[in-house]
Amino acid sequence: MLSPADLDTLLLTFKVASIATLLMLVLGTPLAWWLTRTHSAWKGIINAVVALPLVLPPTVLGFYLLVLMGPAGAIGKFTTWLGVGTLPFTFPGLVIASVLYSLPFVVQPLQASFSAIGEQPLEAAATLRASPLDTFFSVVVPLAKPGFLTASILGFAHTVGEFGVVLMVGGNIPDKTRVVSVQIYNHVEALEYNEAHWLAGVLLLFSFSVLLVLYTALKSHPVAHPLK
Amino acid sequence: MLTNSSFRPILALALLLLSQASWAVTVLVAVASDFTKPMTEIAAAFEKATGHTAKLSFGSSGKAFAQIQSGAPFDLYLSASEKYPLELEKSGFAVSGSHFVYAIGKLVLWSATPGYVDGQGEILKTGDFKHIALADPSHAPYGVVAVEVMNSLGVLDKLRPLFVMGENISQTFQFVSTGNAELGFVGLAQVIDVNSGKASAPAHAPYLRPVGKIGSGSGWIIPDNLHSPFRQMAVLLKTGAENPAAHALADFLKSPPALAIIEKYGFGLPK
Amino acid sequence: MTTIQARFQLDYGDFKLDVDLKLPGTGITVLFGHSGSGKTTLLRCIAGLQRAPQGKLEINGNIWQDSERNLFLPTHKRPLGYVFQEANLFPHLTVRDNLHYGLKRIKQNPGAVELEQTLELLGIGHLMERMPERLSGGERQRVAIARALALNPEILLMDEPLASLDFKRKQEILPFLSRLHQQLDIPVLYVTHSQQEVAQLADTLVILEGGQALASGPLSETQSRLDVPLAQDREAATVWQATVIEHEADYHLTRVAFVGGSLSLPMVDAQVGTPLRVQIYARDVSIALEAPTATSILNVLPATITGIADGRDSQTVVQLRLPRMAAETAPGSPRHFLHPWRSEVSQSVGNRCDQVGDQALLAHITRKSALLLGLQIGMAVYVQIKGTSILN
Repeated sequence: MLSPADLDTLLLTFKVASIATLLMLVLGTPLAWWLTRTHSAWKGIINAVVALPLVLPPTVLGFYLLVLMGPAGAIGKFTTWLGVGTLPFTFPGLVIASVLYSLPFVVQPLQASFSAIGEQPLEAAATLRASPLDTFFSVVVPLAKPGFLTASILGFAHTVGEFGVVLMVGGNIPDKTRVVSVQIYNHVEALEYNEAHWLAGVLLLFSFSVLLVLYTALKSHPVAHPLK
Repeated sequence: MLTNSSFRPILALALLLLSQASWAVTVLVAVASDFTKPMTEIAAAFEKATGHTAKLSFGSSGKAFAQIQSGAPFDLYLSASEKYPLELEKSGFAVSGSHFVYAIGKLVLWSATPGYVDGQGEILKTGDFKHIALADPSHAPYGVVAVEVMNSLGVLDKLRPLFVMGENISQTFQFVSTGNAELGFVGLAQVIDVNSGKASAPAHAPYLRPVGKIGSGSGWIIPDNLHSPFRQMAVLLKTGAENPAAHALADFLKSPPALAIIEKYGFGLPK
Repeated sequence: MTTIQARFQLDYGDFKLDVDLKLPGTGITVLFGHSGSGKTTLLRCIAGLQRAPQGKLEINGNIWQDSERNLFLPTHKRPLGYVFQEANLFPHLTVRDNLHYGLKRIKQNPGAVELEQTLELLGIGHLMERMPERLSGGERQRVAIARALALNPEILLMDEPLASLDFKRKQEILPFLSRLHQQLDIPVLYVTHSQQEVAQLADTLVILEGGQALASGPLSETQSRLDVPLAQDREAATVWQATVIEHEADYHLTRVAFVGGSLSLPMVDAQVGTPLRVQIYARDVSIALEAPTATSILNVLPATITGIADGRDSQTVVQLRLPRMAAETAPGSPRHFLHPWRSEVSQSVGNRCDQVGDQALLAHITRKSALLLGLQIGMAVYVQIKGTSILN
């Protein structure tokens, strides 16, 4: 069965994932919109940077974050200057690392659904007196609902399942940065296979339910394809 | 289509390769990551001396243990602890009675900042630091020993809230080397300056001997009497029972050239 | 008089738009051309959906764009209505919410009565709660037109609103457009490549090709211009605006009046005074040097040859003018005689042809006949009209 320590890691994991998902939507929405609309030469570069976490091994990403956010790193110097100290081994640091790591899982579905909307509804809105911002909230957001759903769920699920980055940046501190994936790993390493199975089972069940809900919701969504 | 005349030389070459393989064999070794540097050098020396090939797979001892139990085809297993090899012998994955201690682990309290850690470890009692890094004691041998040291010094409860735990000793080293943790318990092999000359120690007080010099930052080499013996054990696995190269490497690890390398990297020698 | 002045220059490398048009502030102006002629680009520039680097646009005295003053009103600030080729309804909103989308965003909200009238006119009152995906193509397009009109725009822009519909649906919508035509008092710019729609809807016709306006002016004027390919077309025709003046029930005929006189048509089911659009194909017009005394053809009218050009194969295209009936011409009113093949596009401010000027007509005859008759520009002749068709 799950021990209180295991439950703590589960709770902490969902806390990290919820906050990170919220942040990713706030950051990822304008970013994805810009990437969909822009003809800027920067588009390719920014796209590649956002997608990097997909390619980099998580521990490598974690290592660079550790260096960057450390006292000698650029981010670390900045946060120290701000007076909040360095970020590794803290809850905010874990959230920030998770955001960077899972961001492509939010940005890419959003980008896909934004570009599926196409030019036409935007032009229609403009001819109906809607300003660009107004158009974004009254037309783009409702039409991209499946994209937002996919982005939130993938971002959340991916943060829950992340391991390499949190291992590096989190420091495995109980109640603060020890998330469920690390806890499972600890159980395995300590040969506590039974405990590991239980926790992994819970995680597996959770992930399966989330994906099931996602695919059911997407299938029954009335606006699967924005414009016919 | 291959003609007879073109087929014959290929067949001859294949037979030649097969016969070569029958006397020069490959041994597949799972090695605890703290032993990465010495084992790389030992393997090179071993290949030169015997003509066999040693393929090394580095990782945490626990991971290798799980893999071996699931049928990973390793011939030899160099663990960072005694626990796993003995367990494998018991469960029949290793050749019974084949285990031997190949090195004694050395722990260092280390900081990337020069002058931060004093020669007696007083910093543990007086220091004003926010994080102290160690390998996760729930499974990493270095972590177990680090906890024993802090316990012996009576600072364990005071320091526990400041723990940041690496999954293995390499990651623990990264926490400290990047300055994110002000100090931490790492392996001597990770911070030793191998060019500082051959280690020597006064015979009457082995735990005080200066085992090499720390390359950068500041450190305190933990005396052996502050923790239980940190014996790193190797064992011959069932897969390698009939492999002459596995036997040869096990023997080579006990030979003077290998011991010299082990000592150079700051490990103690098995008694 | 309210007018539209539109001057745009735009260069995409393989496509250039370079037009300078003055268009009437009333009626339907059709922008006609083949694909790639620049007609949609022109409309989009007027809407501000595309920004021509060089351009000036003035609608009813308001400047919407002036590149010299670096002035460009974004689309959402232009008081226009726009109907897209695909209805382009918001798929996530009901018909009602689609209609109210724009209404919510304008200050001077037209009354419910006005919206009711629009719904009535377009026959979509019963569709209000439907989602767009549950509408037929024709219904969708009617909702789109209502959505644009609901805003009480100062100008209505329509980009091939029928192009994506099949023949049946087109026939379903055209009557609505004709009714709109009669009831709207705002200018409509209507893009199409269909001659049928030109004939049925246009008051003013602008012919675009390769990003330039080949001709622009009142419908029958432009239709009968010899310097545009339309006149050579097998289906070449002129459309006259006419009014029912009497019915001859005995002969099953209806007489209609137009600026150049009157015509007898097969009986039309319409009250006296009803405006009609009469289409006369060039191939149905023949020419006689003297007034034929013995002919079975009812509609024989005096005309003057104003242009002659080679047609396809054995054909010659003759452009004619039927003088405005003296009785209908106000004394002393300026009657500048247009030489279409020389007139500048920018000068030809279009007007409804039933207001000013003569009635233009196009005839396709054989080259041999033209030679035998010795037809020349300026000759006074008689035209015999063998057939007509009523468009509305």
